[in-house]
Amino acid sequence: MAETSFDLIVLGGGPGGYVAAIRAAQLGMKTALVEREHFGGICLNWGCIPTKALLRSSEIHHLLHRLDEFGFSAKDIRFDAGKVVARSRAVAKQLSNGVAYLLRKNQVAVFDGHGRLAGKGRLAVEKNGQPVAELAAEHIVLATGARARSLPGLEPDGDRVWTYKEAMVPTAIPQSLLVVGSGAIGIEFASFYHDMGAEVTVVEVLDRVLPVEDEEISAFARKSFEKQGLRIHTGATVAALERTDKSVTARIERGGQGSELDVERVILAVGIVGNVEDIGLENTGVAVEKSHVVVDQWLRTGEPGVYAIGDLVGPPWLAHKASHEGVICVERIAGVNDVHPLDIRNIPACTYCRPQVASVGLTEKAARDAGYEVKIGHFPFIGNGKAIALGEPEGMIKTVFDGKTGELLGAHMIGAEVTELIQGYTIAKTLETTETDLIRTIFPHPTLSETMHEAVLDAYGRVIHF
Amino acid sequence: MPIEILMPALSPTMTEGNLAKWLKKEGDEVHSGDVLAEIETDKATMEVEAVDDGTIGKILVPEGAQGIKVNAPIALLLAEGEEASALRDVAPASPEPPSAAPSQQEPQQERETSALPAVTTGPASLPASAPSGERGDGRIFASPLARRMAQHAGLDLAAIRGSGPQGRIVKADIDAALSAARGAPAAPAPPAAAPRPAAAPSGPLVPPAAPALSKERVAALAGNPPYTERPLNAMRRVIARRLTESKQTVPHFYLTIDSEIDALLKIRAELNAKSEAYRISVNDFVIRAAALALRQVPAANASWSDEAILLWDSVDIAVAVALDDGLITPIVKAADRKGLAAIANETKDLVERARAGKLKLEEFQGGTFSISNLGMYGVREFAAVINPPHGGILAVGAGQQRPVVKDGALTVATVMSCTLSCDHRAVDGAVGAQFLAAFKRLVEDPLTMLL
Repeated sequence: MAETSFDLIVLGGGPGGYVAAIRAAQLGMKTALVEREHFGGICLNWGCIPTKALLRSSEIHHLLHRLDEFGFSAKDIRFDAGKVVARSRAVAKQLSNGVAYLLRKNQVAVFDGHGRLAGKGRLAVEKNGQPVAELAAEHIVLATGARARSLPGLEPDGDRVWTYKEAMVPTAIPQSLLVVGSGAIGIEFASFYHDMGAEVTVVEVLDRVLPVEDEEISAFARKSFEKQGLRIHTGATVAALERTDKSVTARIERGGQGSELDVERVILAVGIVGNVEDIGLENTGVAVEKSHVVVDQWLRTGEPGVYAIGDLVGPPWLAHKASHEGVICVERIAGVNDVHPLDIRNIPACTYCRPQVASVGLTEKAARDAGYEVKIGHFPFIGNGKAIALGEPEGMIKTVFDGKTGELLGAHMIGAEVTELIQGYTIAKTLETTETDLIRTIFPHPTLSETMHEAVLDAYGRVIHF
Repeated sequence: MPIEILMPALSPTMTEGNLAKWLKKEGDEVHSGDVLAEIETDKATMEVEAVDDGTIGKILVPEGAQGIKVNAPIALLLAEGEEASALRDVAPASPEPPSAAPSQQEPQQERETSALPAVTTGPASLPASAPSGERGDGRIFASPLARRMAQHAGLDLAAIRGSGPQGRIVKADIDAALSAARGAPAAPAPPAAAPRPAAAPSGPLVPPAAPALSKERVAALAGNPPYTERPLNAMRRVIARRLTESKQTVPHFYLTIDSEIDALLKIRAELNAKSEAYRISVNDFVIRAAALALRQVPAANASWSDEAILLWDSVDIAVAVALDDGLITPIVKAADRKGLAAIANETKDLVERARAGKLKLEEFQGGTFSISNLGMYGVREFAAVINPPHGGILAVGAGQQRPVVKDGALTVATVMSCTLSCDHRAVDGAVGAQFLAAFKRLVEDPLTMLL
């Protein structure tokens, strides 16, 4: 009979849950993790990781069409969608196995099944309708994540109308594709399928693509996408989808005008809803608002001893935010010194479209709305030697400073590899550097990162290379 | 978080010392000012005082331990209400940064500690523990943003408890200090009187929240003219604290006397012409005269305590020496028993080493009486602030040719004005006057000084 009494139980093995469990074990807590499907959650199995594998393929495809520019020639360039997908699945599988190993290594007890709160300090686990175990712990961390939202009339069918999940395992690249929603998920798929040869249309209800990004970045991205050949409709909605044998007819409404679009497939990327159902929240003090669990700054729910983290809790819907919440939650429980609540302004966000987009902190508008007297810096990739050498001159960095204190309020980037660069600004923000420290920092030449330095210099009227 | 009690620097050159004796044991309750331990260097034995109230949670360095680096933690103090379990998180971390640091930070430490004890004239008046943003070597750990915000708001970082990693002061701490300051009663609380929150291990010299005299406030009072800042070093803070304390708690009164020094100048020239082995200054005559006058009027060689007036057996005269950024008071011990040449050579040596930062602890801490001479700047007369626990300080002006009336006729003499500041609790006006009269007799008839 397996041990059923723990110091802490985590429900859900995604990037929030498994990190929380490992951290708890590191802190000396006897820890259990309950997961019904796959370690690493959506992120690792159906999100961040497999899409990056797919996008690597589409990046190569894109480069293969630019061979002449770099002095190569090749004939008969083809790809096998099955192999592209198989590689992506293999990557996910490898990493998921890695998580299982990490849990074992940290002596986290793992329970395979569906967990439900079952009274104070108790969690019942069942598999295929059969009870597996009844676990007890003083602290239970809910990390059940989220799933794709569907809108009335736009329900996915798994065939013509996909969610992210089907979009990740296509048997072939569709000739034409409609992507509903231009957030990070929608735009990444739009970019992938476009670079793999599909004719892609994006419909966004708000007035710009990547609507959470800085307005200038959104505008830059849109211009770039349209130049590549993506069709983008903002301020528009998909009112209805009519399926036929070979295609889907979408009725797109924009400013009172209707139009129809025939596409082979549709991807719905209109947000997510929290997995709050069937986990035993009924008759507890856990409050749920708009499909997400309400928590305080230490991730405590309204029910003593029950905590919630990650996508289950609230935006931003990011794996690294979930992981960090898991750590904060568990360290707080363990009484670790110097634990600080999550600072949402220090959470970077990355979108792996082409060109890539990355940001941290406040947009210019948010900063102005918050009453800051801002200092804004810009720097284009065209002024950067490495970007030109790479053949990636399209991009821009934007910095937002508090003119009074020199605090870096936000940084916004679009261009090649900016998802790998944003951590520099994130470290700067986390360490609370001011413009002085950033200006004094020596950035290596020649690198794309020099654009980050220049964008700081520009905010203070000292830009060198533009 | 428990407060680290650090190995204090007892002299400018001290880098390590021995823990001679613990006077408190684990579990003992201590109050600010209690003597915790005796520290011993090859030069002296000194006491470590508690700076905060609390309970000795853990003694990290056992009695008899030798070669403990300055600023290494020697014990952990639990603040009021803090559980012993809080020690668990601190104890393992403590050996790392502070004890490992000195080897790498030797130059900086040397520099900072050399400034530190300069103005402490009483033993163990150095902070034995530091506020949490400070690691004991004077360096305050704060984020650049926190630094700038504190600067703008006129907050003293030393007064702020850091909540970031390893006690680093971060923006949130400044925000908290600012909102606490805003939430405080309308009248800005005088820092010294404000009770220190029991749990906050703030430093000994600084108020818990915003300083009453922030830079911004001072600048505003001046009408916001442009200015440059000189950061406060430890010496400057000690000067500010001790002299403020002196002026506020010691009832000063002042007596001025004029002495004609033509005879003294003549003898000085003659003596200096006789040998190259010494060069006697006017100030050396003043030291000798003051020492002999104190011997003649022992009631003036006195210090106040709440229990008794202490009449000192010896006459140890502290001589104020200006440094680039402050002052130090090396001591001519038993000055009444030393000849002019001895005083001259000793003073010269002390002043040179004081300016080089090479004085030993016992050479500048203590004394029974002070002399401050600004005559070389042409100052005619001034009144000095008593350096506790001394009962008096003699402020010496320039020797100037002035018209004097002698036997009803106007004539010219070189006159030196000296002003005695007395602690009225220990030295009354008549005693001060007797001392000055004796001093004047000696100065005006310098041959009597040579006896």
